[in-house]
Amino acid sequence: MGRLNTTLCGIGLDNPVIPASGTFGYGYEFAEWYDINILGTFSFKGTTKDPRFGNPTPRIAECTAGMINAVGLQNPGVEAVIREELPKLKKVFHKPVMANVSGFSVADYAYTCEKLDKEDTVGWLEVNVSCPNVHGGGMSFGTDPKAAAQVTKAVRKVTKKPVIVKLSPNVTDIVAVAKACEAAGADGISLVNTLLGMRIDVKTRKPVIANTMGGFSGPAIFPVALRMVYQVANAVKIPVVGMGGVSSAEDVLEMLLAGAVAVEVGCANLIDPLACKTIIEELPAVMDRYDIETVSEIIGGVRHG
Amino acid sequence: MKDSLFSITSNRPLTAAVFEMRLSGDTSDITAAGQFVNIRLDGLYLRRPISVCSVDGSELTLVYKVVGKGTEKMSEMKPGQTLQVLTGLGNGYDLMTAGEKPLLLGGGVGVPPLYELAKRLGAENREVCVVLGFNTADEVFYEEEFRSLGCSVTVATADGSYGEKGFVTDCLPQDYTYVYTCGPEPMLRAVYGCIRTSGQFSFEERMGCGFGACMGCSCKTVTGYKRICRDGPVLRKEEILWAD
Repeated sequence: MGRLNTTLCGIGLDNPVIPASGTFGYGYEFAEWYDINILGTFSFKGTTKDPRFGNPTPRIAECTAGMINAVGLQNPGVEAVIREELPKLKKVFHKPVMANVSGFSVADYAYTCEKLDKEDTVGWLEVNVSCPNVHGGGMSFGTDPKAAAQVTKAVRKVTKKPVIVKLSPNVTDIVAVAKACEAAGADGISLVNTLLGMRIDVKTRKPVIANTMGGFSGPAIFPVALRMVYQVANAVKIPVVGMGGVSSAEDVLEMLLAGAVAVEVGCANLIDPLACKTIIEELPAVMDRYDIETVSEIIGGVRHG
Repeated sequence: MKDSLFSITSNRPLTAAVFEMRLSGDTSDITAAGQFVNIRLDGLYLRRPISVCSVDGSELTLVYKVVGKGTEKMSEMKPGQTLQVLTGLGNGYDLMTAGEKPLLLGGGVGVPPLYELAKRLGAENREVCVVLGFNTADEVFYEEEFRSLGCSVTVATADGSYGEKGFVTDCLPQDYTYVYTCGPEPMLRAVYGCIRTSGQFSFEERMGCGFGACMGCSCKTVTGYKRICRDGPVLRKEEILWAD
């Protein structure tokens, strides 16, 4: 065991760093920048039953220490992902990958997960019940514990792979949603997805984003994300993957201390394609600075009093 | 694609709002005219995509218009300061289809990428005709630079205060073999509607990453969904699908 090793739902990771869905495509864009096999794993672009173009542009708005996106789950649909994207992904990434799945009905989620369950390269199913950018789906499942549990249960039935439910921070009580998913058979929880946000162009008085609102991410949301990871990790027995504004090796350590067993990095990949490589390379030295010998020893190690 | 540090060698205004910045650094990944770079600026989260105006050995020239916080910050920078720059982004223009007499149509801040293109077409001994469109005389830039390349140059201003009165589409020559264009979307639509040959059109969109990861700048085309940053910014006339 190296000092960066960790385990996510029974599958070993060389390190806790996982590029988050929607910021890493199917991996091969980043393989042009570095050998992506250095990653723990990565979560590929949110996949739905049917192909989707997503929302009209502009889909991006800059914010202080972050950005808003309203891409709207653009993806070629699960059949094309399996036929065209996964073979390309396999050429550049030789570890189990995390398949991120979205849907507009419980049946949608089950359909897509059942298809992906047959793919050897998929290690985990990350079930996104929290996309803020699609009407009538996604987040509505993640804001209601009962609906989130229904999706979890349906997905659980169609796969033997670990099911990680990705939660929305746009709720009053995230612990209630996490517990409902755990009770419904989830093997892990990942959080947080983006915070619903908005910008207005003062000159035109119109929203910057064509879809009016979108998902806010970036360093600005890190404290909110960390707090929720801490709350959920203390409330459930299943492993938690922390994410939200993580941009440095130190952020990774904070997430681990809060109780995450692995950490997803999103937005940072978009402004620096080498972000995850840099974080992984810097982790040992930053751990030395804090007298941390191994990643696993600090998981949930936040001290009180 | 490469992420590297560039050093500013000059930064001067060409008009009230348009600046020319010269930088020195590793330009080896810039392979085509019409590509762009993505610049990191202190205090701003997203990088700023700017088209390449010219590349000559280790010298990179960017001509940009101050339109917001990022470009304003750039306009205040001094020689000697450095910038973190992603280079070699976008497909750029394909010269293969130019023919003997390519026509280059540029509007406003869409003019700069055509300069590198004119240089490369000229180096292939093609007879390059350039039409540059601006709103008023005060906004005209790079007319002489294009002439120095040996291009035949026509300048049009919307208010007639300089050159021909009207739009670039009012100044098309009789004889041309292919069209390359860059400018605001209404201009691109007008060009699309009136040219007699095929052509390549360079588009602009708000971007997240600039290198194809985030799907922030997607558009629909005849041949499927494309990312302006990665599969564009240059689209062939035949593949363009105008929104609405």
